[in-house]
Amino acid sequence: MKVNMKIDVHHVCRVEGHGDIHIKVKDGKLLEAQWAVVETPRFFEAMLRGQPYDLAPTLSSRICGICSITHTLASLRAVERAMDVKIPPAARHLRLLAKHAETLQSHILHVFFLAAPDFLGVPSVIPLIKTNPEVVGLAARLKGLANDICDLVAGRTIHPVSLIVGGVSKAPEKEQLEAIKKRLGERLPDMQATVDLFKTIDIPDFVRETEYISLKGDNDYPYIGGDMVSTDGVVKHEDDYLAMTNEYKEDFTTSKFARLSRESMAVGALARFNNNYKFLHQEAKEAAKELGLQPVNHNPFMNNVAQVVESLNAMLDCIDVIDQLLDMKLNNIRSKFKVRAGTGVAAVEAPRGILYHDYTIDDTGHVTRANCIIPTTQNNANIHFDLADLTEWALAQGKNDQEITLLSEMLVRAYDPCISCSVH
Amino acid sequence: MKYLGIDPQKIKIGVFNFTCCEGCALALANKEETLVDFLDLLDVVTFREISSDRGEDYDIALVEGSISRDDEIERIKKIRAQAKVLVALGTCACYGGVNNLKNQFKIEEVVEIAYGKDKVETSKVRPLSDVVKVDLEIPGCPVSKAEVEKIVVDIVNQSEINFPEYPVCVECRRNMNTCVFDLGMICLGPITQAGCDAVCPNGGVGCLGCRGPAEDANYESFREILEENGFTMQEALERINFYNALPGMVIDES
Ligand code: SF4
Ligand code: SF4
Ligand code: SF4
Ligand SMILES: [Fe+2]
Ligand code: NI
Repeated sequence: MKVNMKIDVHHVCRVEGHGDIHIKVKDGKLLEAQWAVVETPRFFEAMLRGQPYDLAPTLSSRICGICSITHTLASLRAVERAMDVKIPPAARHLRLLAKHAETLQSHILHVFFLAAPDFLGVPSVIPLIKTNPEVVGLAARLKGLANDICDLVAGRTIHPVSLIVGGVSKAPEKEQLEAIKKRLGERLPDMQATVDLFKTIDIPDFVRETEYISLKGDNDYPYIGGDMVSTDGVVKHEDDYLAMTNEYKEDFTTSKFARLSRESMAVGALARFNNNYKFLHQEAKEAAKELGLQPVNHNPFMNNVAQVVESLNAMLDCIDVIDQLLDMKLNNIRSKFKVRAGTGVAAVEAPRGILYHDYTIDDTGHVTRANCIIPTTQNNANIHFDLADLTEWALAQGKNDQEITLLSEMLVRAYDPCISCSVH
Repeated sequence: MKYLGIDPQKIKIGVFNFTCCEGCALALANKEETLVDFLDLLDVVTFREISSDRGEDYDIALVEGSISRDDEIERIKKIRAQAKVLVALGTCACYGGVNNLKNQFKIEEVVEIAYGKDKVETSKVRPLSDVVKVDLEIPGCPVSKAEVEKIVVDIVNQSEINFPEYPVCVECRRNMNTCVFDLGMICLGPITQAGCDAVCPNGGVGCLGCRGPAEDANYESFREILEENGFTMQEALERINFYNALPGMVIDES
């Protein structure tokens, strides 16, 4: 049987930002598969120029509504490395707590609101309010908790206010931290129920080998700063990020593509899992096992599962960080520093993968040059090449164009692309 | 403000995004305690970020983001033609917001800085009201979900919509914060419209004026505050220009 198909998905839904899928099949053969980002670029690298060092993180936050805490942290670290500012330990812990809570918030939003409707056969989370209220309840409680932690530690969930150069501008009271810790413990059964829910979900059995890149943990699962590592065995210092984010631009997309050792690469939860499995909490490792996820896994759809595992891990990390904070004095939260000229590179693991901000600052404390490398940008080429393989894989199984359309949309969503971010 | 012709039972709503971070639309999905009730009040026909349903029959369009490319003009005009009420959601939509910082450069210059030699289509950043008629502006970066919820309910009930006339300082003092001027930083709270519960000063940093001017803003006395605290107009301008939301802050260089 000769199959012809022309699939065009305009503005894939349930992803942050705008992207299109184009697939052409003629006589059963794949002619073309494209992932085209059609977002209007926003030019943050230009807008950052001339900003004073203290407003650069506030501006960078506006790159993305979902991972604004991560962008703020990367921007702070770039400024602090440029001006040689060291931050007090309590501030470091508070930032990490905000980071974990954002990871939890972002992953829960993605697995329940954006990815799960495909697996449950509905267009969005809205009909689930009636049909599966227990699922929506789980998501709302976990996400609500994560948002409350962000509000408490960073002053606001979307676009934090109290993460500032030199540390943080405000620390929560210890009683508030105790209360959050108690709530984290009470929500762990919800997290286990989420793991159980994902055990019942059928993940497409598709594999395409690629290079997974993340930060490299030293003693912990990595989040802020440090070397990057790849499943192809490459290790690079934070300052040498340009080697791995070899950006290039294709005509059909407004986002750049990136590569390291191969034609494409992947970052995000699955990449972190593949590279840093040994640093996960024992409970998270067990959850991964129950969910059929073991390192190194090359199925892009398993990124959803890696996000579930990381959500559990993030909750346990939050509890650990709070325990450490409870043993500390919370009055020294911001260090004194002098404005000075310099260049600083910062790597942070965003929910969707490794993020770099790189600034040059002049002796008046103003940014004169900025480069930001965004996780989705790094995944775009991988999504693009996956689409071709996925189409061929699906054709071989005799899938029709509707099934292939859905699979390709699910593939894009599995990467949890943040397109606003990628066209910063 | 009354909007006729909308069935108050189940109001059809569409959420749309233009050039922005999409944080305002996301803010609508936050605040989990009330999300289910809020969604119950509405019939969400288009909300691409959370749904694959793509209805065209919305009554209220909530639109976030600024206009920064020619094809966006066509898109917003279509939305305008369909919507009975078009609401600009957030500082990007109302004032251009942080996107406006792009306008200090030439277009060729920004393209060169971000994309090198590659060609990228883009134009000057504009707020929605530069391109279409906007019925209601809800400022904030991001918007306050509580405020949006209240306003949507007001539209449904056809009751009057009110924004606070007083400045952020009023909310800030009510929260008994230390004034950030006393911490050695600039705060635009004295001239900025309240309604955010002074979230920035609550967190120990200055207000950047994302909600636009307070009705009774007194620019003259604000300049005096700046002077008393030893800040230059240049330092204040870096903040005032951040969101481009305080057009009334006319700078008199004398
Ligand atoms: S106003 Fe702020 S939060 Fe809202 S879309 Fe614009 S940048 Fe994002
Ligand atoms: S911190 Fe800002 S908002 Fe609060 S009282 Fe001082 S000037 Fe007003
Ligand atoms: S304090 Fe000022 S900048 Fe902060 S949210 Fe309120 S109006 Fe916006
Ligand atoms: Fe970039
Ligand atoms: Ni993002």
